[in-house]
Amino acid sequence: MGDVILTMKGIDKSFPGVHALDHVDLELRKGEVHALMGENGAGKSTLMKVLTGIYHKDSGTITYEGREVEFSNPREAQDAGIVIVHQELNMLGHLTVAQNIFIGREYMKGKLIDDKKMNEEARKLFDQLGIDIDPTETMSRLTVGKQQMCEIAKAISHEAKVIVFDEPSAALTEAEIEELFKIIRDLRNKQMGIIYISHRMDEIKVITDRVTVMRDGGYVGTLITKDCTKDDIINMMVGRVIYEDPKTESAVAKDAPVVLKVEHLNAGRMVKDVSFELRKGEILGFSGLMGAGRTETMRALFGADPKQSGDIYVNGEKIEIRTPQDAVQHGIGYLSEDRKRYGIVVDKSVAENSTMASLENYMKGMFIDKKKENDVAQKYVELLRTKTPGVDQLVVNLSGGNQQKVVIAKWLVRNCDILIFDEPTRGIDVGAKSEIYQLMNELVEEGKSIIMVSSEMTEILRMSDRIVVMCEGRKTGELGIEEATQERIMHAATLRE
Amino acid sequence: MTDKKKGNAFTDNPLVRAVGLQKIVVLLVLLLMIIFFAAVSKTFRQYPTILGILDGTYYLAFLAMGVTFCLITGGVDLSIGTGMFCYALAGGFLITHKDMPVIVGILVTLLCGLVMGTINGLIVSRGGHAPFLATLCTMMIVRGLGAIITGGASITWPSHSSPNGWTRMLFKLPVDRTMYPVGIIWVILAAILLSIFLNKTRPGRYIIAIGSNKEATRLSGINVANYQMLAYIISGFCTGLAALAYSSAYQSMAPSGGGGIELNAIGAAIIGGTSMSGGSGSIAGTIIGVCFMSVLQSGLPMIDLQANYQQIIIGIVLIVAVYIDVLKNRKLAR
Repeated sequence: MGDVILTMKGIDKSFPGVHALDHVDLELRKGEVHALMGENGAGKSTLMKVLTGIYHKDSGTITYEGREVEFSNPREAQDAGIVIVHQELNMLGHLTVAQNIFIGREYMKGKLIDDKKMNEEARKLFDQLGIDIDPTETMSRLTVGKQQMCEIAKAISHEAKVIVFDEPSAALTEAEIEELFKIIRDLRNKQMGIIYISHRMDEIKVITDRVTVMRDGGYVGTLITKDCTKDDIINMMVGRVIYEDPKTESAVAKDAPVVLKVEHLNAGRMVKDVSFELRKGEILGFSGLMGAGRTETMRALFGADPKQSGDIYVNGEKIEIRTPQDAVQHGIGYLSEDRKRYGIVVDKSVAENSTMASLENYMKGMFIDKKKENDVAQKYVELLRTKTPGVDQLVVNLSGGNQQKVVIAKWLVRNCDILIFDEPTRGIDVGAKSEIYQLMNELVEEGKSIIMVSSEMTEILRMSDRIVVMCEGRKTGELGIEEATQERIMHAATLRE
Repeated sequence: MTDKKKGNAFTDNPLVRAVGLQKIVVLLVLLLMIIFFAAVSKTFRQYPTILGILDGTYYLAFLAMGVTFCLITGGVDLSIGTGMFCYALAGGFLITHKDMPVIVGILVTLLCGLVMGTINGLIVSRGGHAPFLATLCTMMIVRGLGAIITGGASITWPSHSSPNGWTRMLFKLPVDRTMYPVGIIWVILAAILLSIFLNKTRPGRYIIAIGSNKEATRLSGINVANYQMLAYIISGFCTGLAALAYSSAYQSMAPSGGGGIELNAIGAAIIGGTSMSGGSGSIAGTIIGVCFMSVLQSGLPMIDLQANYQQIIIGIVLIVAVYIDVLKNRKLAR
């Protein structure tokens, strides 16, 4: 490791209602691979966005190559030599590799683009990295791994001195990861500073020199990787925070009837051989890190996305779910993680949204019985304590928590017995959160059964009777609430095949 | 972001809110326009002119009402203009060249509309084609088809005086040598029925929901493809009705014609407040938009503005109407 190239000190950043970064420190040296770790929402991405000028810090200092800097946009950061290789690739699929690498700064011959020169330059870059990619190939024909290599080549072509890798391995195969690591080691030898964001504990041990851990927007500490164990890092990530009233025992009888059984569910790349059971009156938590395949599992179960194989039983009876219609017929309701896109129809009223899944019961002959519809909507507004001036109010005018209640009402009006709550409190303020929790507890007391997907550890430990943990599309753990701890969950969530 | 509260006594008025501000504004402008034309042009005030305006209104009204359903789902139907000609040619051909009973010609015209609408619906909802492209293709297909059916000849539906001329009386009834525009009755009837269908029935509700948020509608367990298809079937059937109205008003039509009329119909729907991006729209608004279009088109020549100027003025009106739509969507997206 060489001299310090980048220091971020006391970085503070708030958004309305959230203290996203609380005096975070980070130090990067030349010729170092530095891991940045933390749970979902710990503030890693926010910190990197502050570094590259996408967000502006409220306070703190960034020192780069010995002088204080503040970039006002990613372009400035790039020009100074700080680049990010994003998790989602920002590639233009129809253009060639070389055209992608030099987009926005094309080599010109007079007034025309000099494709030949760009291909030559791209080839030089690839030679330098020791990778074999044809610069004239169309980008979309490359594998995800190769596309990632192109991103790296593009980064280097900016004469980068600091490269940030944001979960680079998420979509790569074993062999591709090996190749990636080879390149990263090579870059390290060339005295670049590398920040490596990943959830994969094993990779951290293999490739990084130091680890900085963040938690809940705060700085926890920096360790030298070879001197610490995987458990040390997990402990730092989880911390010793005392969460309010976590559940200690399940109220559900061990022999409560199984209302939903899923066996060997396979769907796409993200759901691999997932099996689980849901008992009557139970809240079954689904935990895991971002991209673990939880939402994909739920969508496949609900028929929103196609599945390759797997059996589903409702109340002991094997059923076929091909479309959401089938799922709804069998009494399954799905509360999507992305409320605005998949949950509600924003420019329609509370009443119209409430009866959306069960309109056939609110008809008078051929026509919609507006009074009956308003009555049932009103009933659930009162029951769920939804704050709205009236049932004819457009949903767009309600707050996030109240919009969520409208979606819950939709499935209750339908009288669904199995409810899938995917990130039910995402983007909802604290007060509304505890109301949603209370509501979920009331629902299971009435004999409904709930699957709750959540990325918040607090929420999982507070609400679940049982917890299924997933990692990379597989079920990697199942814990009763009495035996569940954050450490155990986190351990299962980082368990790779 | 200075999001000023725009509420005032007028927009908060329950009647204004129920009817919709845009419709009221368009209606007022329409009335002003009629008063202006009537004041400036003597011809505009005469009964035959009014009959002429109505002739130009009926078919446009059917087309616009039909395409309103497609627009509300977030789609569009471009095949209605050339389709209207094609179906009228097919029906008329059977009557005039094949000596079929008039009723057969009428039924075939309507059936053609229904079939083409179903085909459009299938391509869009099952084939997953973008509505714009799908109906652009069928627009070309029906244009060719109409000419092939008649062997390239123009078709003239039976005239008022002929024994088979009763079809024309459906829209214009002669009593004591005066023509009565009874077509209004059919348009109003259709408008009422379609409006009830759109606002009070399940298919209508789902069609609106699809346009607002297709994915959320699908995840509510609704068969989105079926209701999307239904919108195109309605549009096709309305085009059949428009074909009858057109042949009644203008009697004859040339093959390969009708192109461009779809844009007037779509324009009328948009002026009436139907959103190009789907999710909102009303039959009443569309009817107001249709009247706006046909009064403008008939009135401008009477104040000595030639066709080219009309196009420019209509274009400007549409830009304003679409801009209002954009503003509405921006409010929703915040």
